[in-house]
Amino acid sequence: MLTFTIRRLMLAIPTLFFISLIIFLLLDLAPGDPMSQVPLTVPPEVKAKMREALGADQPMVVRYVLWLKQFFVVEPQHILDNLLGTHLAGGSQRILSWQSRSPVADTIAERLPQTLTVIGSSYLIGVLIALPIGILSAYRQYSWFDQLGTFIAMIGFSVPTFFTGVLLIVIFSVNLHWFPSIYDTTLKVTDWASFGRQVRQMAMPVAVLSLYNAAQISRYMRSSMLDNLTQDYVRTARAKGLTERVVVLKHVLRNSLIPVVTVIALGIPTIFAGAIITEQVFKVNGLGALLINAIYANDIPMVQTLTFIFAVLIVLFNLVADIVYGMLDPRIRYD
Amino acid sequence: MTDTLPAAQVDAALRPPRNQWRDVWDQFKTHKGALVGFSVFATLLVAIVLGPWLWPVDPKFIEPNAVKMLRLRNQGPSLGYPFGTDQLGRDMLARMIAGGKVSIAVGLVAMAISVTLGTMIGVLAGYFKRLDGPLMRVTDLFLALPLLPLLLVMVMLFRETLAGLMGPELGTFVLIVFAIGITSWMQSARIVRGEVLALKEREFVLAARSIGTPPRRLILRHILPNVMSPIMVAATLGIASAIITESALSFLGLGFPPDFPTWGRLLFEGVEYMQQFPSRVIGPGLAISLTVLSVNYIGDGLRDALDPRIRGR
Repeated sequence: MLTFTIRRLMLAIPTLFFISLIIFLLLDLAPGDPMSQVPLTVPPEVKAKMREALGADQPMVVRYVLWLKQFFVVEPQHILDNLLGTHLAGGSQRILSWQSRSPVADTIAERLPQTLTVIGSSYLIGVLIALPIGILSAYRQYSWFDQLGTFIAMIGFSVPTFFTGVLLIVIFSVNLHWFPSIYDTTLKVTDWASFGRQVRQMAMPVAVLSLYNAAQISRYMRSSMLDNLTQDYVRTARAKGLTERVVVLKHVLRNSLIPVVTVIALGIPTIFAGAIITEQVFKVNGLGALLINAIYANDIPMVQTLTFIFAVLIVLFNLVADIVYGMLDPRIRYD
Repeated sequence: MTDTLPAAQVDAALRPPRNQWRDVWDQFKTHKGALVGFSVFATLLVAIVLGPWLWPVDPKFIEPNAVKMLRLRNQGPSLGYPFGTDQLGRDMLARMIAGGKVSIAVGLVAMAISVTLGTMIGVLAGYFKRLDGPLMRVTDLFLALPLLPLLLVMVMLFRETLAGLMGPELGTFVLIVFAIGITSWMQSARIVRGEVLALKEREFVLAARSIGTPPRRLILRHILPNVMSPIMVAATLGIASAIITESALSFLGLGFPPDFPTWGRLLFEGVEYMQQFPSRVIGPGLAISLTVLSVNYIGDGLRDALDPRIRGR
């Protein structure tokens, strides 16, 4: 198992470097100027000075290596300093946003909790809805419940989240006035009343995202259950006289969950991308909104860092899925 | 030994051989969802193609008389404007038709690019052992890219340049289609590679190779026709995801320029006014959803119909 894990880790490192190079080159080769937001009245020599201060006049290789060093060494040091009160980083140069001239990591740390609460709870709810639906519709294949589940799952991944979101706003906040249409990030949960308000403002974005997630996961769960229900060991278990409940929920479910767990792990980074849209619909002030604003403002360090964080998440969760699969299913380890 | 065969068997033997595509169509017809999806998609296509003749209103027409224009803004559905008008008094039905044309064109062309690229890479990786490792590594790398953020970045960075080269409409179209195409070929490449790997070991390929068929002709004549079914399914599902991606880009304001309607763009414009005029967002959203849903159902039905193990049962 250890060899397997180490080999997977070794594969992930070149992948990350390659992706970082793609992201860096794409943003670097593209037309776009960090000074585009600076007023035209600023004289050119001042602009050159500003460019120098941002490090935008260095050759490409130097900037790439510097960016990698900042991302992998300096920023983690700063984060550790903040958490533990140490002075590892000293006064080293951080990745600065061209928009606000403040460290990118600080802005991201400000926005992260909003994204995590909305996305985390929606993914959790999505999984919790999807598993029972998948189990039941596989157990009663072609029943009305299965047909309905298939139809809703088809709608769930065909109807884009920006339309379900808008539809929910029109129905529940414009017509019925049940939920607010805009997510208020300044709301602090201190007592039951504010907790209620938090739940109400989270209801719609969470519903949209969890419908989308549940649609996909329930399909995987169903087909995985169907594969296992016809196996010989199920017949053996029934022949031994085990109750149907034990057969399905203990024997079949455990084996069917193996591929589903990896699907769930693989899905985590993709929902961050889905959240970009949902955050825009409900005006959640999270990472997705930060990315969109940075793209509009031509803030290259911010866009690079955010995109690379998304890439790191994908590689990380691929790794997690691989390792979990190896742990759960010894057949695929081949070490 | 002169036993007569049962009448049914004789009948079956004497009947002319059936066309493969007729079998596929017969199987496709038994899938109710696919049939409904097919008719919905066909209706939408006909509406979009014939729409400009049946409803000859210019989608970009803004009333030049300011007073009239102000009075025409944000109207609800009426006989003159079946879908109402937008914030500049433009006819929504005409804009929906024009938008559908662009959205579906983007879906089809992006799908064509992605499937061509995917098939090429899949066949090369599956057929030539030397290329398999590197090409599959590249595929894995592309699968690990954060696609939506990268698409947004690509559109933002290259939109101006391409718009300057080819004009705002064509430039954006080429950029979006190309960007979606090169970020969505990985699935079809993997499917095709798997199929080619299995086909390569079959006897008919060995026979073809033993009479000296060069690799190029072997691929084009023997292998490609046999991987057509998974490619067709991947292509159908590719249209759906390309349409969703394009509308997502337009919805985030990074798609086509403002005066150039697509369904996603109309939805994006409608969101500002959804408190007062909810129909403005429901129209385009419903159009996108219906198209994607019907295309997905067609893909589902095609998958069953093209599988010879299921067909005929």
